[in-house]
Amino acid sequence: MSAQVPVAAYLILAAVLFSIGVAAFLIKRNLITIFMSIELMLNAVNLTFVAFAHMWHQVSGQIFVFFVMVVAAAEAAVGLAIIIAIFRTRETLNVDSIDLMKS
Amino acid sequence: MQLALFIIFGALAVAGALNLLLQRHPINSALSLVVVMMSLAVLYWSLGAEFLAAAQVIVYSGAIMVFFVFVIMLLNAGEEERTKGSRAAYIVGFPGAAAIFCLLSFVFLSERHAFRSSNVGGYLNNITSNISEISSVLFTKLLLPFEVTSVLILVAILGAVVLARKEQ
Repeated sequence: MSAQVPVAAYLILAAVLFSIGVAAFLIKRNLITIFMSIELMLNAVNLTFVAFAHMWHQVSGQIFVFFVMVVAAAEAAVGLAIIIAIFRTRETLNVDSIDLMKS
Repeated sequence: MQLALFIIFGALAVAGALNLLLQRHPINSALSLVVVMMSLAVLYWSLGAEFLAAAQVIVYSGAIMVFFVFVIMLLNAGEEERTKGSRAAYIVGFPGAAAIFCLLSFVFLSERHAFRSSNVGGYLNNITSNISEISSVLFTKLLLPFEVTSVLILVAILGAVVLARKEQ
């Protein structure tokens, strides 16, 4: 009845999203946007987990995605607090200007 | 129906991700990331993960992205300016991302005979969902990790409060 989509198609879509996330992580100069591209990469990996969980008819992959979501929420809270602290001391969000440890 | 869902929302997710990459203003990037997460929620639903689709909408696009937008507005982040470092990042970034994509798709496509075609109708047409199965595993076999994540969230809240507090 319904057309079948191979699992490899979902994996390729996840690879596309992950690569765009890597490109955004390397190219973007704004600290918040870099943080958002990390979230994009986490989402791409979650998609592969769900695709494999569907392929093997197991719920373990979906439970793993649940834990990844929890860790991503904790990471976002701490990371954005660090960004606020950086902005308060250095008055900028450009990663090229935040080079205190380099000089 | 699965194929239509995959094509429409997969294209929407890729378009949102590209928009995140190409927009200069962080608030535009944040809103396109919301588009990516909503379309991924539809893809999760089409893969039989109804609970994760709901959690994706509530946790990711509902909580985390609202938090991002709050911080962008709080810090009054403007458009990013081009610097010397950004040219070097363009030179490194695009070939690096292309290399990672080539590697991943090579592995996936060379192993694709090991993957069966995903029979999506199985979950979508079934009367029972797998939410009860998830909850029974989560609250019996994985009860300790589940409780530890609540401690993790508590520590993250404390850390965020300590880090973002104004020093006297």
